Amino acid sequence: MGGGIATTLVSASYLLAAALFITGLKRMSSPVTARGGIVWAGVGMVVATVATFFTPDLSNFALIMVAIALGGGVAWITGKRVAMTDMPQMIALYNGMGGGAAAAIAAVELFKGEAHSGVVLALAVLGGLIGAVSFSGSLIAFGKLQDLIKRSFRFRGQNIVNLAVLLASVLVGGSLVFAAMGPAAGVVTLFFGLALVLGVTMTLPIGGADMPVVISLYNALTGLAVAFEGFVLNNAAMIIAGVVVGSAGTLLTQLMARAMNRSLANVLFSGFGETAGPQGEVSGSMKGIDAADVGVMMAFAQKVIIVPGYGMAVAQAQHKVWELAKLLQDRGVTVKFAIHPVAGRMPGHMNVLLAEAGVPYDVIYDESEINAEFDNTDVALIIGANDVVNPAARTDKSSPIYGMPILNADKARNVIVIKRGKGSGFSGIENGLFFLDNTHMLYGDGQAMAAALIQSVKAL
Amino acid sequence: MIDGFIALYIFMLAAFTGYEVIGRVPTILHTPLMSGSNFVHGIVLVGAMVALGRASTTLEMVIGFLGVALGAGNAVGGYVVTERMLEMFRSSKPSGTGQTSGKQH
Repeated sequence: MGGGIATTLVSASYLLAAALFITGLKRMSSPVTARGGIVWAGVGMVVATVATFFTPDLSNFALIMVAIALGGGVAWITGKRVAMTDMPQMIALYNGMGGGAAAAIAAVELFKGEAHSGVVLALAVLGGLIGAVSFSGSLIAFGKLQDLIKRSFRFRGQNIVNLAVLLASVLVGGSLVFAAMGPAAGVVTLFFGLALVLGVTMTLPIGGADMPVVISLYNALTGLAVAFEGFVLNNAAMIIAGVVVGSAGTLLTQLMARAMNRSLANVLFSGFGETAGPQGEVSGSMKGIDAADVGVMMAFAQKVIIVPGYGMAVAQAQHKVWELAKLLQDRGVTVKFAIHPVAGRMPGHMNVLLAEAGVPYDVIYDESEINAEFDNTDVALIIGANDVVNPAARTDKSSPIYGMPILNADKARNVIVIKRGKGSGFSGIENGLFFLDNTHMLYGDGQAMAAALIQSVKAL
Repeated sequence: MIDGFIALYIFMLAAFTGYEVIGRVPTILHTPLMSGSNFVHGIVLVGAMVALGRASTTLEMVIGFLGVALGAGNAVGGYVVTERMLEMFRSSKPSGTGQTSGKQH
């Protein structure tokens, strides 16, 4: 980049944008300042985008503006409309778009075949590879969570096939870097084709339950791809923002994997998500109860802990559940919400869903804060949660979820489980909690049952 | 302009920054934060704008156009969903529901 006032202004704007991104992310890590955080980052994005129009030697302005209006417009509409329950797959989709954009930058640079140094070419190729994998992989993740892809495709030697595709992409990519005549168009096409296939074959075998970890990983990867393309384009804002997201995303991925008691390698290469086979059958029987009895039980309790799961959100019961909680609070009952890190479909997803219903975040506790309290709790109301309250995680070494931190709901004096039917949870594991002496099952739709409980408490 | 060790320094410092910024985030904010960081890498939009702005052949223009559209989708979509999620987080104290669970026993 040469001198010139325009260049200086663009660079200064990028510096400002990078500072705003970092400040924004920092503010987003506390619930008190989080709302402002995204606005700060948003200002940074606008500053950087506007400044880019003043980059010297740019043309095709009309095309640029049409593309921004098109991509931005579609994303605006879908983003405004998506239900909170579907948030994880939407994040995957937008993330995939970012990966695709990074790959597109790499493709343009490689097709141009301008004289770059070997290091720059290598970064362009690497960023293109990661971006393309993140693009196609995120689309598959979206399809799975959106139920467009119903099953996991798995076959013998899958890891070997993936490894072969990876090696082929790296070899073809490497040949692009070392090509004496500059990258040939056919080879560039082959390279991106292989990278896209790799994203698909890597993601298809992974089960729905593990998808959040994968989405988070692709988020980090997209950050890295953006940073690499930033080096190619000499763009400091892309480098800084990309690397910050890359490292923050890696940490976030580890936190999520840990909350699910899985290692990242395990998620990527073993594909447990849906295969949990037959385990030790749980003996005993489930005892039903009706809503009127549960209403009485809760209304005269000292302390009630509500454990919501994704099932509650699917039944759209969160508003009713909060109404019930307020009713109990008015009667002097202490009501707390206990949220497992992986409740919902992604760590923190349940908090979003409760927030949507108007539940203040300071009556919501996570597993480490509240687990000691179940001992002196009169009623634990479990609605739509299953695996995260399965005591097998503490006791049964043969269980696939053994060792996963769980909510000790079984230690409450009474456990009420609102459940649609007798089936097992997302992971397909039988839950011993349902068969305990102090557990009663309230069969029915989450929303209908919550409404019935409200009626019975009101009637007292 | 940015090359060699300078590039590595930027890389290293930004990596530490990302790690530190996220380090102590509570679980309740994991989903919005992932969405927020997803928005931040939407900065790829500016790179795609430069790529399209300098494209000369039809092929380059088509790919560049796709890149800008995708990048804009990443940035705008990421912002909209993050903002929607964070907008909902509120404390019981200022909102005056008056029934924080901690008070009664």
